[in-house]
Amino acid sequence: MDFSLTSEQEMTRQMVREFAERKVSPVIKEYDRSHRPNLDALGRMAELGILGICIPVRYGGAGMDYICLGLACEELERVDTSLRVVMSVHTGLNCLGLFQWGSEQQKQRWLVPQARGERYAAYALTEPGAGSDVVALAATARREGDVYVLNGEKMWISLAAVAHNFLVFAKTDPRAAKAHRGISAFMVEREMAGVTTGDIHGKLGVRAGSTGWISLADVEVPVENRLGEEGEGFKIAMSCLDNGRYTVAAGATGLIRASLEASVAYAHERRTFGREIAEHQLIQQMIARMARDYEMARLLCWKAGWLKNQGQRNTRETSLAKWFATEASFTAASDAVQIHGAYGYSDEYDVERYLRNAKGACIYEGTSQIHELIQAGYALDHRGDRPLRCELPAYDPGYWQT
Amino acid sequence: MHIVVCTKHTPDTEAKMTVDGAGNVSWGESPLIINPWDEYAVEEALVLRDEHGGKVTVISMGPQEALEALKHAVAMGCDEAIRIWDETCAGSDTLATSYVLARAIEQMGDVDLVLFGKSAIDAQTWQVGAAVAKRLGAPSLMYTIKVVELDPDARSITVERLLEEGRQVVSATLPAVVGTTKGINEPRYTSFIGIRKAAKMEYPAWSLDDVGAESDKVGASGSGVRWPEVFAPPAREGEAEMIEAETVEQQAAILVDKLLAEKVI
Repeated sequence: MDFSLTSEQEMTRQMVREFAERKVSPVIKEYDRSHRPNLDALGRMAELGILGICIPVRYGGAGMDYICLGLACEELERVDTSLRVVMSVHTGLNCLGLFQWGSEQQKQRWLVPQARGERYAAYALTEPGAGSDVVALAATARREGDVYVLNGEKMWISLAAVAHNFLVFAKTDPRAAKAHRGISAFMVEREMAGVTTGDIHGKLGVRAGSTGWISLADVEVPVENRLGEEGEGFKIAMSCLDNGRYTVAAGATGLIRASLEASVAYAHERRTFGREIAEHQLIQQMIARMARDYEMARLLCWKAGWLKNQGQRNTRETSLAKWFATEASFTAASDAVQIHGAYGYSDEYDVERYLRNAKGACIYEGTSQIHELIQAGYALDHRGDRPLRCELPAYDPGYWQT
Repeated sequence: MHIVVCTKHTPDTEAKMTVDGAGNVSWGESPLIINPWDEYAVEEALVLRDEHGGKVTVISMGPQEALEALKHAVAMGCDEAIRIWDETCAGSDTLATSYVLARAIEQMGDVDLVLFGKSAIDAQTWQVGAAVAKRLGAPSLMYTIKVVELDPDARSITVERLLEEGRQVVSATLPAVVGTTKGINEPRYTSFIGIRKAAKMEYPAWSLDDVGAESDKVGASGSGVRWPEVFAPPAREGEAEMIEAETVEQQAAILVDKLLAEKVI
């Protein structure tokens, strides 16, 4: 068993860390306070190839492995959640969905420009009335000759107002006896008539992230824009979540580390009762728990990433990593605020932002409760994984880097 | 054009230095990185290479750990990397280090330009670049803030130096040794293509014999500096004073008076 990172992985981590520290850290408070996405930093991420980090070079990506995707997410969210969210939707949910399920023509058309960062991509599953209950989605796709006519509303969509391409899920058979078999997936482009988007304001956290809604009004989507087969949308949506959740878990790991680092620094700086607060046992307890949770979250993520590299199904492991890491990140951020005392309650320090940002990840990409049900399902043998028509390819350096 | 960048591995900028009772310095478990000032030298070398053609070789005198600095430079875009080491090099001061680096550069034979960062963030001596220039018999252009012109055909270089008194424009013949300073450029990030190359590349390790250096001129015995005592600097102590006044203008006026009284301005 080898827990060491390869030279490529170490250097990738270092590069993304430098980017986040140089480009995001100095300005994040300003963007967070003004509820604006940092599009300049997003552009630089695209130029550096981070948006296509684990996509093969032949499809416009950087040719690194799935562990590198996780490391990039950890380093980004160590500084702020908003740019990790971009990795989750653009890379994890959309690009890897295209890579797994797309035809060669579809990969050339959408994956290549997305992996190069020339087009931003989002994932549109959630609706005003359908979140955890995915099959309750109400958007429809009516086949008319060579096009599908899409109608519906999508809500809480990251990059809604920024992305060029959307992976949209809609019902092609609203009356299907097994509702999940009535869902199909489509690549919808912003330029298509009938697509309108907007931002949602007033969020608790991730205020430097673009979150919004998409309205689809009689949008004519060519048949060749359908990803996978008709009725395969539910499986596609769930397999995309195996990758999106991995990025969320890795990001949450970075948020735990950020909370730990901030807490350790402050514990040495602040003195009460004549000594550093680092010498008080109840402060030490909170710091010890953060250190424990960071290690555990990181190991769970690396396991999930390793499985992806091997080409093995990882729904259970990824769900476990996401559930644990996000809940632990919320606790770590909350304890970090506690350690900082009244200063932690102010945005003079970063930890209040960590706390606000951490809560979202316990809700999106499967609430903690959904993940508990998934884990119980596996443990009780109520659920298992059937082979998919298209599996996420195992990482092969020879194929990826040529 | 053959440009050589001399680099060093240093502890991370956030590492905390400790000194034990016996005078042993430790940087804890800090990861080793390329000396941050050297990134400016690497960036300038890459820009000049892209403008004039040729190649950039990054070199470092150091043990296995020095590979981290070389890998970073290759991941930024350097073409070749060479590590120079022999166990007898341990404990070398700037005199001995400059001797080994100069021998290695002479060994390459075709070097037009040698670049350094302004200093290394651990020892902060600012000496190695100038010492290498002296040993090579080449012009020493330290504190360079801008390369105004490089003309490989005319074998000349003109740079702007950032001095305490102002800026100085000087011209010199090639080969020359240039010490870069912060502000000369903005170092690029490593690229994924570079990272893949750096991870796969073979890094030749040159011995003292390979560079034609004599072992009695390196290491602690070949160094001019002795270390009779090593201790951690005492923690800085100071007092903060909050200036109270009704308006910001009044606060500023009080601050100015105090700074004048302390002869700070």
